[in-house]
Amino acid sequence: MTVYYTKEHEWVRVDGDTATVGITDFAQGQLGDVVFVEVPEAGRQVSQSGEAAVVESVKAASDVYAPVGGEVIEGNQALVDDPSLVNSDPEGEGWFFKLRLSDTEQINDLMSAEQYRAFCDSQ
Amino acid sequence: MSDTESSLPLDGWHRRLGARMVPFAGYAMPIQYEGILAEHRWTRESAGLFDVSHMGQLLIAGGGTEKALEALLPADLAMLREGRPKYSLLLTEHGGIVDDLMVTRRGDHFYMVVNGATKHDDIAHLESKLPRGVVVDHMKEQALLALQGPKAADALARLVPEVAELTFMTGGPFAVAGIKAWISRSGYTGEDGFEISVPANAVEALATLLLDQPEVKPIGLGARDSLRLEAGLPLYGHDLDTTTTPVEADLVFALSRRRRETGGFPGWQRISRELAQGPIRKRVGLAVEGRQPVREGAMVVDAEGSEIGKVTSGGFSPSLEAPIAMAYVPLAYAVHGTQVSLAQRGRIFTGRVVPLPFVPHRYHRKGAGT
Repeated sequence: MTVYYTKEHEWVRVDGDTATVGITDFAQGQLGDVVFVEVPEAGRQVSQSGEAAVVESVKAASDVYAPVGGEVIEGNQALVDDPSLVNSDPEGEGWFFKLRLSDTEQINDLMSAEQYRAFCDSQ
Repeated sequence: MSDTESSLPLDGWHRRLGARMVPFAGYAMPIQYEGILAEHRWTRESAGLFDVSHMGQLLIAGGGTEKALEALLPADLAMLREGRPKYSLLLTEHGGIVDDLMVTRRGDHFYMVVNGATKHDDIAHLESKLPRGVVVDHMKEQALLALQGPKAADALARLVPEVAELTFMTGGPFAVAGIKAWISRSGYTGEDGFEISVPANAVEALATLLLDQPEVKPIGLGARDSLRLEAGLPLYGHDLDTTTTPVEADLVFALSRRRRETGGFPGWQRISRELAQGPIRKRVGLAVEGRQPVREGAMVVDAEGSEIGKVTSGGFSPSLEAPIAMAYVPLAYAVHGTQVSLAQRGRIFTGRVVPLPFVPHRYHRKGAGT
């Protein structure tokens, strides 16, 4: 099980052909207090880099993109009910959705934890 | 920090307190410290300290200043008593709003506080319209703090006991720990509180002293915006601009009775017509269904999807834990309880016209007791 990152500040935890997606601690820190989250429903097909979820803080609205394409297995209802989980536990309880990867090759487009750290430092 | 941003006198103080600084009105300013929701709630429950030194503080003086200003503002300055801040507006010839402001008679001059983003244009506007003998001094050497919240009076009165005598919309000169200050009981949050003008070279000492009071925490621009939205107070450049009139903006209280009747200020013709016949559109408060905020720029649409109005401010209300907005709608829709459809990023939301403010004002009015 490995965690990958994107330049849009999403993380993806890959376990076989299943991926769990959320936004990073850096992203939640930039957004500030999150007040609204919308997650995709099970069964929806999302393409790599396509819009998949919405996150809104007091200040602004942002889209969450799918780091990899596939079929959504589950959206995190607990997060919809309590959007502040994004702030308190962004890379744990605050996950957005799970999907079944359509093409495991897409993982090669993502950054490792080390690469992502370097990317944030350069921002 | 980019070359185009200037720093305010408390810049280093904000950074030491862990503020996140953002560009605003040409300055680097604190948007938040611990977080907008926590700062918002703290201000509603205790007392928040805001640095609003970006705002323009002007001193207008010279022979005939009162009459000269009355030619530019709809306020009855002849009736305005010493030390009483009055909310007023600079207007275009067509009744559009150039800026909203506070004006106070102080002895032989008037003290005016205008918006930070518009202050240079305001000064140019004033200087081009005022007669030669009336001088506008931009008090760049003054900083401005606001202390807002139900415990603001407890905190400030510990340092200056005399401020307990002030009621809402009164002010005067005071000394705080040896610092000369002009203090008025006023603000932009809907709470009781004070605005404190002090020399820039003393503002850090005063801010530190205020922050030493247990009731007080520093509050950034983010919470300032959510607080004023809940209080139903318009923000210039968003809810007000040169295309909106005071009647459309529901700011008729800023048109003093004598001035309404006899005119003599820019835009009076249109304004008096709108007062008599009603404006075409009006600023209203909207309660938005669901939890997703509808923000500035969203359209108000009719059943056919045609645009009939615009959301000018919107966000999530921390006090109500629900989305709220202000919008301009056709007069027929500006009735409490009317449902309106709002379009944002290809989606339709439902709003209901509700009275402003969203959260009741808690000003310390004269005769209201303590």
